[in-house]
Amino acid sequence: MKQKSIAVVGAAETTRLGKIPDMSVIGLHADAALNALADAGLKPSDIDGVATAGESPTALAHYLGITPTWADGTSVGGCSFMLHVRHAAAAINEGLCTRVLITHGESGRSRVGAGRFGMAPSSLNGQFEMPYGPAGPPTMFTIPVLRYMKTYGVTEEDLANVAVIQREWAAKNPRASFRDPITVDDVLGSDMIAWPFRKLMCCLVTDGGGALILTSADRARDFPQKPVYILGTGESVETPMVSQMEDFTSSKAFRVSGKKAFEEAGISHADVDHLMIYDAFAHLPLYGLEDLGFCKPGEAKDFINERNTAIGGKLPLNTNGGGLSYMHSGMYGMYALQESVRQMRGTAPAQVEGAKISIAHGVGGMFAASGTIVFSNEAP
Amino acid sequence: MPPRMLPEPTPETRHFWDGCREGELRLQRCTQCGGGSYFPPRPFCPKCGSRKVEVYPASGRAVLWSYVINHRPRPDMGTEPYAIAVVQLEEGPRMMTNIVNSPQTPEALQLDMPLKVTFAKQTDDITLPLFEPAGA
Repeated sequence: MKQKSIAVVGAAETTRLGKIPDMSVIGLHADAALNALADAGLKPSDIDGVATAGESPTALAHYLGITPTWADGTSVGGCSFMLHVRHAAAAINEGLCTRVLITHGESGRSRVGAGRFGMAPSSLNGQFEMPYGPAGPPTMFTIPVLRYMKTYGVTEEDLANVAVIQREWAAKNPRASFRDPITVDDVLGSDMIAWPFRKLMCCLVTDGGGALILTSADRARDFPQKPVYILGTGESVETPMVSQMEDFTSSKAFRVSGKKAFEEAGISHADVDHLMIYDAFAHLPLYGLEDLGFCKPGEAKDFINERNTAIGGKLPLNTNGGGLSYMHSGMYGMYALQESVRQMRGTAPAQVEGAKISIAHGVGGMFAASGTIVFSNEAP
Repeated sequence: MPPRMLPEPTPETRHFWDGCREGELRLQRCTQCGGGSYFPPRPFCPKCGSRKVEVYPASGRAVLWSYVINHRPRPDMGTEPYAIAVVQLEEGPRMMTNIVNSPQTPEALQLDMPLKVTFAKQTDDITLPLFEPAGA
């Protein structure tokens, strides 16, 4: 895409995060959407493009009273919203629509109005993975990790430290679900979920949502908030079956999406002031740092242990506390995008002073898909 | 305990499940591009797109590639922790499976340990390919 041709002019999360048993999935989408519309000074009839995952764009548009000329229901898991941003940028630049609303809402904890989990026993996953006992993401997303640990000498302590440092960020965030400090021993002493993964290496399960509004950069200054510009974008998919990943020590979808986003943005790694890597589990930031090229293969553990991603470090990472401590409704990518936008607006609870470029990198499924968005707060 | 979650074969995968029922681990390979064996089953080569592929019996030898030990068993899998494993077959492809005839512990389950296939009948139609230590 053309650098800085598109801006985020509205961004908000649901009014509440955490346990929201009085709201359904579509209700959470709408709450986030109305908050983002208010943030942008718009009403639903001003929107002519909609994108969402988890709900259909049809249901979203009708519920909110929007008549779109462009709709995108790309649903590849928790990074779908990164892909929506990318697709919306292309659609706006092509003249298919002018103001796009992207929403997420999920009753991950309370399961109000939520669909059921499960895969058809005739699907490839149903035939060639499910019979062997996977019981949700904690037992699937984690399967490649022993191979990664053996290849690079990564220890359980290294994995635990990812969660420890993210909790330090969460302590600065009043909206984070978990804010009390933890130690490596606390993590390694927490309940065993799926060896080598303990409970505190796994994300939260909460209710919530978020929404973004995008328009062309040349209209962005008409809106009340400081515009946040899209500098570059990337996306890719690899395989729906974690057992069929090409390389258990690296995500091909991450590498392809990240490289594309850096190329589009025309930046180097040293230009990046702030980074979000979707952390459904503690190994995701390790894979992400390496596959995005911030670290060489196997070196992310040292990079984190040396506190480069912690408060005061050179590459602040997951500054909202991440999926491990902030919130995780199931499709967390929207919250990574929201934190990047807050950092670019200068309104984050743990604000990185002087940050000019932020990257939000998402994963979908179990290393199945990826989307990467590079933001800038400097006008074109 | 509820009945174990089992596969429903499709026309494109039927040869694989028929093979398991008959005690044979069947893979596919391309006869056009030399792209080698592949899995899961499909009637064309994922490397070159050719439909000229053949089904053949694999050796059944593999090594343990990676795994987790699930400490919150799925109801149809019993009450004890069990390993969900990925093995690398001698012919190249990897597949998810369980490791049987071995303690389900990190000490007993070492990456790269040699394994061999064993077949576990579930119903008249479905037999699952599981793996056990090669010395077992």
